[in-house]
Amino acid sequence: MSTKAHADHDHHDHKPTGIKRWLFSTNHKDIGTMYLVFSLIMFFIGGSMAMIIRAELFQPGLQFVDPQFYNSMVTVHALVMIFGAIMPAGVGLANWMIPIMIGAPDMALPRMNNMSFWIMPFAFALLLGTFFMEGGAPAGGWTMYPPLVLQTGKAFPFLIFAVHFLGISSIMGAINIIATVFNMRAPGMTLMRLPLFVWTWVITAFLLIASMPVLAGAVTMLLTDKYFGTSFFNAAGGGDPVLFQHIFWFFGHPEVYILILPAFGIISQIIPTFARKPLFGYASMVYATASIAILSFFVWAHHMFTVGLPINGELFFMYATMLIAVPTGVKVFNWVATMWKGAMTFETPMLFALAFVILFTIGGFSGLMLGITPVDFQYHDTYFVVAHFHYVLLTGAVFALMASAYYWLPKWTGHMYDEKLAKIHFWLSAIFANVLFFPQHFLGLAGMPRRIPDYSVQFADFNMVSSLGGFAYGISQLLFVYIVIKCVLGGKKATGQVWEGARGLEWTLSSPPPYHSFTKSPKVTKALMDY
Amino acid sequence: MHLNKRMSKFLSNFILVLSALFLLSPDILHAAWGLNMTQGVTPISQDVYNMHMTSLYVVTVIGLLVFGMMFWSIFHHRKSKGVKPAKFSHSTTVEVIWTLVPLLIIISLAVPATKLLARMDNTSESSITIKVTGYQWKWKYDYINEDLTIYSNLATDSVEASQRNSGINPSSADNYLRNTDTALVLPVGKKIRIMTTANDVIHAWWVPDLGWKRDAIPGFINDNWTIINKEGVYRGQCAEICGKGHGYMPIVVKAVPEKEYLAWVEDTKAALKSKKDSGDKELTMDELKSKGEAVYKANCLACHQANGQGIKGVFPGLDGSPLATLKDRIPEHIHQVIYGKNNMPAFGEQLSDTDIAAVVTYERNNWGNKTGDIVQSKDVSAGRKK
Repeated sequence: MSTKAHADHDHHDHKPTGIKRWLFSTNHKDIGTMYLVFSLIMFFIGGSMAMIIRAELFQPGLQFVDPQFYNSMVTVHALVMIFGAIMPAGVGLANWMIPIMIGAPDMALPRMNNMSFWIMPFAFALLLGTFFMEGGAPAGGWTMYPPLVLQTGKAFPFLIFAVHFLGISSIMGAINIIATVFNMRAPGMTLMRLPLFVWTWVITAFLLIASMPVLAGAVTMLLTDKYFGTSFFNAAGGGDPVLFQHIFWFFGHPEVYILILPAFGIISQIIPTFARKPLFGYASMVYATASIAILSFFVWAHHMFTVGLPINGELFFMYATMLIAVPTGVKVFNWVATMWKGAMTFETPMLFALAFVILFTIGGFSGLMLGITPVDFQYHDTYFVVAHFHYVLLTGAVFALMASAYYWLPKWTGHMYDEKLAKIHFWLSAIFANVLFFPQHFLGLAGMPRRIPDYSVQFADFNMVSSLGGFAYGISQLLFVYIVIKCVLGGKKATGQVWEGARGLEWTLSSPPPYHSFTKSPKVTKALMDY
Repeated sequence: MHLNKRMSKFLSNFILVLSALFLLSPDILHAAWGLNMTQGVTPISQDVYNMHMTSLYVVTVIGLLVFGMMFWSIFHHRKSKGVKPAKFSHSTTVEVIWTLVPLLIIISLAVPATKLLARMDNTSESSITIKVTGYQWKWKYDYINEDLTIYSNLATDSVEASQRNSGINPSSADNYLRNTDTALVLPVGKKIRIMTTANDVIHAWWVPDLGWKRDAIPGFINDNWTIINKEGVYRGQCAEICGKGHGYMPIVVKAVPEKEYLAWVEDTKAALKSKKDSGDKELTMDELKSKGEAVYKANCLACHQANGQGIKGVFPGLDGSPLATLKDRIPEHIHQVIYGKNNMPAFGEQLSDTDIAAVVTYERNNWGNKTGDIVQSKDVSAGRKK
């Protein structure tokens, strides 16, 4: 793009204007922005479904929706949040940040980048369109277990193809990230100098490439079972309904780490910045992330302890699952050690990062408890599980994404966000996320199964508390949108450095960075990353 | 600036207290509100509870240590106190320690868990065998040694109260959504083998007081066991999403002394037999309709709805449908109840001829359907022979 003659005029970038800039964009920053905006929209669509769920569960009895529609809410909320909100947000951050963190001019495969983004709105049009079809949206749970999922009405093929498209989009994104990181690093940016966010994304990309095709296979078999007379999962035809669960969770458990590893990376960028001290145990962070990724392929059946596995299988998956606590613990200890004897300040990104460390760890604790097979026979499919995975995904992954948004907004927009409002947003989120999800531990232990539209009166009190927390959490996220818009439109000018303690190539660029950055490779030295 | 500092100090104190409360709260709440896991009434459920508490204590202690370190650091190592940041970035000794110590902790949890799992796995030497079959949306219990089969549906007062905007206060229903028309009666002190399977989609049979749940999967039979030590009524419900009625298939286990159990078995067998034998009696329209209404509520209402309208695109309506109004389709109507069609399950096995006659009559003479058709049990038994 920029020719030699233009090298000095980075600020007068050539870019298409209007709708074409976005529709045909091959620019990593524009595509990153589109991913992030898309994921925020999806966060609110999935969030409004959660509001309907919490409204129905506010008190016993059926007040607002029918059980079938309630099941659709549960199902589509999960699909939208996982595939529409958290994953694209991670890809958006990768698009924006990886090239400028490793000193590359753009992603390695810019046209594929465009395509992998533009597939997504169509995939979600397929999925969300099912609400207007005969028989309603999918209602068998996002895990799509047969035979129940085969009872889906006209929505069934739309569900399957939406999943296929989302898988294709993710795989293309993953290929792009791997190609970029392995081929386009600036001289001196050795692998063991990569910012942790880049490392966790490379590992995530490998998980995506290895696990997404497995999901595609599983849902294709569902499709042929429904329409082409095969019996992969049909016991009456000699098939095996549990086989689907094995295949699904062989994808599903790595998927969990696809959602959380980029969050680990974000936190590993933010804590050193605001502690003004290098990340503790960089190498062990990389190895721990890789160990978690590898182990994630050997623990899938802990989602299926109650299907009736042979005892040796249950023991194997229990041990493997508990083993994941070791590298995860290493990461948490490293973060705490990074804070130790630092000189901390508590801007909003740091507040979200600290809340992440605590609340994700609580989710990890309940995860360890769930991994103990004989006790899981009680926990399984109850609200204890719901509390667990919302601690790791909402106060874990989403909090990390919020932290990253505040951390990099000044870099992206060139303006500082409103720190006061942002802190209010943080405290509202942190408090109400706990009011929302902590009581669900008690509900699960007291015997409330998940995915039910109505419940026995003994569960009423904590459900009401949880719903109130849910409404307050949901409303306070509107504040985030306001803060982002305000920051895009104006505010105090941000310097290139933005944060006093920030280190790395992205902070050597102006804020906002030029449309085309690092058209000439920077030289990376050890000193650049040092404190 | 000054205010900000005080504010942030207040907030950090607040979060400290809050997280401490959260970490300790399971115990507090267990004492006051009874919302911890149940200790149950079987040897296994007690062990499961103990294992649960052990792991909870372990993670609580780890949490207090880690978060304690973190908050110490947050209070003391802050820029506003004028500290200069240290420069260290690794320490092999510390890293080896915090890899090995967690490893030892999980081994110490895995050993008792392994032993407990092995005990749960041993279903041998049981004296009674029950086969549990999940249906959308009820449970069937086969007493294998007794040649006795019972079906268990959600209790009618719960069905009525659980209709959308029913206007009925759920607390007024007896054990709302956790009560059935028929309980699974079991003797105390005997080793009982409970096999789970399903007829349509995957369900999960769960009574928390027994200490476990197990999936009920079509085409599979899963093996479990229990010894109930205490007489009483223990409630649970389906734990695996199984369609729109998932929240409406409760389980009630009634544990009684063996003598009482044996008497119950004989009584129930006799009652089922007399129900079958009395099938030839002709009933009046009113008798059929009132009986039919009860059968409808227990078996049909979940899909076809109280108003007979069904749910468009999923469950066909009965009000005004040709099948339930045209005279020449009466045999087809009966046939469909007995043998099912598409997603509709077959009811021939669990409903008596009289029940089916009653419910078909009810459906043909309720809502806008005013056919005046009367179906008697002999019509149903004729339908069965086809």
